[in-house]
Amino acid sequence: MDNKLVRNAAGRLVPEVFNGQTAIPYMGVGKFKPNGTKHAPPISSCADYPANGDKRCQTLRDALIKSGLCDGMTISTHHHLRDGDYIANTVFDIAHELGIKGLRWFPSASFPCNAHLIPYLEDGTIDWIEGSMNGPLGEFTSRGRMKGTAVLRSHGGRVQAIQDGEVKIDIAVMATPSCDMFGNANGLGGPSATGVLGYAEMDVQYADKVIMVTDNLVPFPCLPMQIVGNFVDFVVVTDKLGEAERIISGTTQITRSPDRLIIAELTARFCEAAGIIYDGCVVQAGAGGISLAIAEYIKAILQKNHWRIRVGFGGSTQYMTQMLESGLMEYILDGQVFDTEAIRSLNENRNHHSFSVFNAYNYHSKGNFTSMIDVVTLGATEIDVNFNGNVVTHSDGILLHGIGGWQNCLFAKNTIVALPLFRNRIPVIVDEVTTLCGPGDLIDVVVTERGIAINPLRTDLIEKTKDSGLPIKTIQELKEEAETICGKPDKPKFADKIVAIVKWVDGTVIDVIRQIAD
Amino acid sequence: MLGERLILSNLTYKHEIMEGVSGNRGPAVRSDCFISIRPGGQDGLKIELAGKSKTLYGRQIINFVTEILQFFELYDADVFIEDNGALPYVIAARTEAALKRFIDSTKQFLLPEITKNRRETSRNWLRRSRLYLPGDHPKLMINAGLYQSDGIILDLEDSVAHDKKHDARFLVRNALRNNDFQAAELMVRINQLPLGFKDLEYIVSQPVNVILIPKCEYAAQVEAVDLKIKELKGERTEPIWLMPIIESALGVIHSYEIATSSPNVVALAIGLEDYTADIGAERTTDGTESLFARSMLVNSARAAGVQPIDSVFSDFENLQALRSVAKYSKSMGFVGMGCIHPAQISIINESYQPSKTEIEKAKRIVIAFDEAHERGLGVISLGSKMIDAPIVKRALNTIEMAIRCQLVEPNWKEEDGQ
Repeated sequence: MDNKLVRNAAGRLVPEVFNGQTAIPYMGVGKFKPNGTKHAPPISSCADYPANGDKRCQTLRDALIKSGLCDGMTISTHHHLRDGDYIANTVFDIAHELGIKGLRWFPSASFPCNAHLIPYLEDGTIDWIEGSMNGPLGEFTSRGRMKGTAVLRSHGGRVQAIQDGEVKIDIAVMATPSCDMFGNANGLGGPSATGVLGYAEMDVQYADKVIMVTDNLVPFPCLPMQIVGNFVDFVVVTDKLGEAERIISGTTQITRSPDRLIIAELTARFCEAAGIIYDGCVVQAGAGGISLAIAEYIKAILQKNHWRIRVGFGGSTQYMTQMLESGLMEYILDGQVFDTEAIRSLNENRNHHSFSVFNAYNYHSKGNFTSMIDVVTLGATEIDVNFNGNVVTHSDGILLHGIGGWQNCLFAKNTIVALPLFRNRIPVIVDEVTTLCGPGDLIDVVVTERGIAINPLRTDLIEKTKDSGLPIKTIQELKEEAETICGKPDKPKFADKIVAIVKWVDGTVIDVIRQIAD
Repeated sequence: MLGERLILSNLTYKHEIMEGVSGNRGPAVRSDCFISIRPGGQDGLKIELAGKSKTLYGRQIINFVTEILQFFELYDADVFIEDNGALPYVIAARTEAALKRFIDSTKQFLLPEITKNRRETSRNWLRRSRLYLPGDHPKLMINAGLYQSDGIILDLEDSVAHDKKHDARFLVRNALRNNDFQAAELMVRINQLPLGFKDLEYIVSQPVNVILIPKCEYAAQVEAVDLKIKELKGERTEPIWLMPIIESALGVIHSYEIATSSPNVVALAIGLEDYTADIGAERTTDGTESLFARSMLVNSARAAGVQPIDSVFSDFENLQALRSVAKYSKSMGFVGMGCIHPAQISIINESYQPSKTEIEKAKRIVIAFDEAHERGLGVISLGSKMIDAPIVKRALNTIEMAIRCQLVEPNWKEEDGQ
């Protein structure tokens, strides 16, 4: 049924129909123009909700039954609880007990803890996942064991899919670190504090039914209202949302790997030489080991030149908050928080501002925050000689990671991918990416420990850095260097079955992932 | 059955060992492999492969290991390999090491040498920093050249466990030939004699620049190493320099004889962990207990015209303390020290190279000297200060060092004059 494949603008063969839905093949950056109106949930009436504002429900099971949980529904959860999450797993434990079948799970991301759901994917409780499939779930998918076709989207793409009605959420179950009986909520307090709840905003606005689950019920009003209770149907109080130490790390750490430090230092030196870090610039930071180290080297450049960053986009960490507090950064706009220091800062510092990823990343909106960013540094599993990037599969073809905000950030003015030239003998710069996640026209620079390659489209960057003394090479030279050291690897063998679809930020299909052959 | 095959294949077997193993395995292992070879049977080579690289390199690894085994004329064996990203030269080293647990063969399986590593170095080569790499740890070797230490030491001695000495010799030999160490001078620390003589057989014809002789106490030890190298050198023309390491009270007393024992000695290093233990003292950060030994070593080295090189600083997380230790070491006359972690390299390089102020002062002195010379003046002065010959000599040394550290252009006089 889903077998008709067409070649998209990136040259990849993709289906126009999967999971019984149609989709548009990728047309190129900015080429697909949506039409129609946004999706909307049914209209509610205050008459149906308690006048005293108390929307509490005894158990999550009751709340799910009252929300009308039945076969074939779409259940959304979000990933602020990361690898410490109890709630998403509990939802499907309940569905399984109730004998519900054919659900679609729509998380903003999955983590290794969600391997708990594999039996439910096998027994038909869940048919497929649209979100990210990390670790064991990725492997499960790659082996062709999921009933439906998985769909991978970026954070912004998830928002776009909800807004455009591509994915209609029947029930949104939102774990909330602080909540009142009416459903006003934030991520700032309580034993499972996550800082911000940016990703959840879309789910509560667009889902038919919204259940808030908290382990920290506070008296009305829960302030600040990161989520406003008018969108909420039920509030469930539970003992524990998850394992605190796996929800957020006490402290994030800069990498101590000497190889990664070389990459970070080269990246920072490149930014300085190319003039893309300057007084008043806007940057996006990450919490990965290399990103944090890059930030430390950038900090030294700022200090040396008496410059300040105007805005740093989160995910925030203690390293960012130190910059904020020492005056090297004026504002943090935060979509997610990575350590306890950052939560403290968010609570104390007005210039550390929580906001929704919806605003920043949704491609189907009136302008895009990411294209205002001067420099973003990202990782990847592979980059090819045409600067195309892969973040979801490794060269062995197995699905292991989600897209996260990666695709969305490619729209920055200067997109730098910083990564080792090879990992455990496997070259990272390749002839052609195993899975296409980001088109090469959006990736400007690749920094490795053995040299920097600039996209030939960026003649300005090539010109500015030509006398910098930096090890600038062509991407072809980097690829050959990796192959000289490692030897050219064989290709993995794939079966015909498409196990996952990779969406571009505008909802079009950029690539597919096929089942790995045994 | 096995006996028949042995006679047929013309190989000398060490009969008591029926399985040869080499390398490392397990979930935490990266860039290494484990191999077990059980010779025998008549069913050809049966190779089983496990590990992370199977999908992308499995076919190539099996072919490669087959090629090596056939090179050593082993045609019947059960082989098990667990590969977790070993580079080809590592796989070759592991395979040969496993094989030579039960086979005596003078043949060596060598991949084509990368030309870059074979480079002649001079007596007074820049030797501020030398990074120690454990000789049986391939992961640390791959990128070692990127950290920009002046030298890299592949260690066969203390960082290699006794039962890994055999494995490490093959790995170090292959790494010298096939791992790109960029611009670093290549050094090997051999084992204490007489074990160290065996090490030399594996490395002398390879691209190695300096041999470190540990726990050196007598000039005769250096002479013996020198002689052995001469025997093994064959057609090799580029020199192999020697760096004896003084690690005992007796060694300190004999340091001048050691330094002058061979024209190939280019540096004298001190190893303070063993030395302090030998004299019955605790090693401290400020190093008062080793002041005599270090001064003696600097004096002996300078008297012999070789470079005095300081010990390692083992608290690799305390970079602040390293900076002050290195600064003090330079002030004592040392020209460099050992590194046990890449993070130490830039601090050590900076510490032993001349500072901006030193360079500027030296330039002024040299210019004043040149001018006085041109005008035929016997007395040179800079400002109100008289400058005599040793001051000029020191200034010239500073500038030479600065040029070698690429802090000053070789033609600086022309450039500065413009």
